[in-house]
Amino acid sequence: MSASMDTTPAASTARLPIWLVALLAVGAIALPFLVKGFVTFQLTMMLVYAIAIMGLNLLTGFNGQFSLGHGAFYAVGAYTAAILMEHVGIPYGWTLPAAGIVCFAAGFLFGLPALRLEPIYLALATFALAIAAPQVLKLTPLEPWTGGVQGIVVTKPDAPFGLPLSQDQWLYFVTLVVALVLYRLASNLIDSRSGRAIMAIRDNVLAAKAMGIDVSLYKAVTFGISALYAGIAGALGAIAVQFVAPDSFTLTLSVGILVGLVVGGVGWLPGCLVGGAFVMFVPNIAEHVSKGLSGAVYGLILLLLIYLMPKGAGGLYHSLTGTKNTR
Amino acid sequence: MLSRRSLCAAIVLIAAATPAMAQSKYDPGASDTEIRIGNIMPYSGPASAYGTIGKTIGAYFDKINAEGGINGRKIKYISYDDAYSPPKAVEQARKLVESDEVLAIMQPLGTASNTAIMKYMNAKKVPQLFVATGATKFGDPKGAPWTMGWQPNYQSEGRIYAKFILDKHPNGKIGILFQNDDYGRDLMKGLKDGLGPKAASMIVAEAPYEVSEPTIDSQILKLKAAGADVFVNVATPKFAAQAIKKLAEIGWKPVHILNNVSNSVGGVLKAAGLENARDVVSTFYQKDPTDPAWKDDAGLKTWAAFMEKYYPEGDRTSTFTTYGYSAAQTMVQVLKQCGNDLTRTNVMKQAASLKDIQLDMILPGIKLNTSDTDFYPIEQMQLVRFTGSQWERFGAIISGEIGG
Repeated sequence: MSASMDTTPAASTARLPIWLVALLAVGAIALPFLVKGFVTFQLTMMLVYAIAIMGLNLLTGFNGQFSLGHGAFYAVGAYTAAILMEHVGIPYGWTLPAAGIVCFAAGFLFGLPALRLEPIYLALATFALAIAAPQVLKLTPLEPWTGGVQGIVVTKPDAPFGLPLSQDQWLYFVTLVVALVLYRLASNLIDSRSGRAIMAIRDNVLAAKAMGIDVSLYKAVTFGISALYAGIAGALGAIAVQFVAPDSFTLTLSVGILVGLVVGGVGWLPGCLVGGAFVMFVPNIAEHVSKGLSGAVYGLILLLLIYLMPKGAGGLYHSLTGTKNTR
Repeated sequence: MLSRRSLCAAIVLIAAATPAMAQSKYDPGASDTEIRIGNIMPYSGPASAYGTIGKTIGAYFDKINAEGGINGRKIKYISYDDAYSPPKAVEQARKLVESDEVLAIMQPLGTASNTAIMKYMNAKKVPQLFVATGATKFGDPKGAPWTMGWQPNYQSEGRIYAKFILDKHPNGKIGILFQNDDYGRDLMKGLKDGLGPKAASMIVAEAPYEVSEPTIDSQILKLKAAGADVFVNVATPKFAAQAIKKLAEIGWKPVHILNNVSNSVGGVLKAAGLENARDVVSTFYQKDPTDPAWKDDAGLKTWAAFMEKYYPEGDRTSTFTTYGYSAAQTMVQVLKQCGNDLTRTNVMKQAASLKDIQLDMILPGIKLNTSDTDFYPIEQMQLVRFTGSQWERFGAIISGEIGG
């Protein structure tokens, strides 16, 4: 554990020790070859949720805004990808930036007026977004594009250049690379001047204003970036699941992303992986324990986790390694 | 990390193992002692009431196993929760096929969940049998040869209403209230196909509604104003109850046809007022366990004995327990027909060769029939009329066979 003694003081993104990074890297590359296809699919979905949680972390953990509506942006991203792939015939790779841009715009525009709200009211406004999303997707005027309640079936891409990878493995590595790039961008953003402005707003709005930070612009942009992450996650999720339908994006998804954020640790980027794993696997564990009471078991596991690590995986990590979370 | 060589070796091994398996008469999921059957149900989430169906199926397989199994093989029933969420359904279907290695998945529930897994199941060539939804798209032997429906599909139901109208009210002016989604339009298509060339002249008004609308009052007024005297109510329970009530309020008394999804006495008619629902016409294909007419029926007694012994906590007034029971019986019939050839191909082949199968809790006279061009096991229903306290069957069994 000694390697974890971080020498960069007050680094805004906690640096993980080298051995842990190496272990994660080896595991991430080797796993798809060691497990069955559907486990690879589960791992892909775990990464997808991790990306969405990362986006929410930027917003909640670093900018202090709440969102109960990230499932809606996830849905917009998923539908953008599905519509572009199946109706327009655009290769899947290009649907990711497209989904990101669409969601950034949606998040920014939603954020501009909404972010003037106090946190609790903003939470409610985004909650409304999550409630409305599945119904809006069912609207008849949109049906030629969204397929209404029928949804859209998406074709899963094969590995290119004749690589000896299954569809699942290929998609896993695509998701892994996207997740790494997005992680790098997020941690760079937080370490930058803009990142400090974002956190200053979280810590004290008045002080941030006094320092000349354009609070509402920064808030809206952060909201947009956060939505962009959720949108890219949605697009990847749609390709992995090969299907989008309004029922896929209910309030449960939004709450799931928030739960993942809290479990992983608010304001600790690597926690998104733990959060993604929680969202993906804990419902299965709960179901395994008791089919009839799976909801109660899920709640119990969640309660235990919050008792044992009140600051999520991030808090646990910091107390184990003796590093201090500087934020 | 795996070296590239051992990785290649592993791939070669897997590739070599596959054809060897195909030569035996068992596919994954079947052996001399066991048949593994998968299932996906919403045990949690907004539609968790349907979970009863999955539990009843499990209880019925317990009964079969206790009585010695099928040709000496015990059924291992693996049922997972998808919380009515399509992505979760995909995950669970993959788990069933790739990890639990089931021979087939039966009765996955919900149109969206079944649509989500259909492509995967057909690509993997694993039977997706007797799906628990009435959408007509799950019965396409050419496009999806590994997917088969079970309950009467919405188009068949629409055709049955068309036959009734042509027979009893050939000069009727039809007004239709329908939910504007694929379920409502599916049933509408069946109705119009059934009316044939007379559809254009007989249908005087169509009033679609969106699920998001609070009431359907204006639609009802529109249909009445158009002079309709046959009212077809293609609505889900909440809206169907509103319509029955509204008709009574405005004193409009057309011939009222209510679609099957909303004909629960407890769930819909009571809410609308039993007196208001008098003389409403609907369809049934299952025996209603609460109907005293079946008191001495042998099929009902068999079912009741099963419930008593294997699923005592199950709700005996619910159609979900009869539904699951009949679906499980259909599955057992298919597995019996398979004999010792328990390959997925043969399971599909036998599922597509059901001949005049009658089940304990399906109305007498309704027979399950399939062929390699007909993937809709139940296509017959019987008309019922509401007496003010209960449904009363009348007339013969009517077939709504598509293309027939």
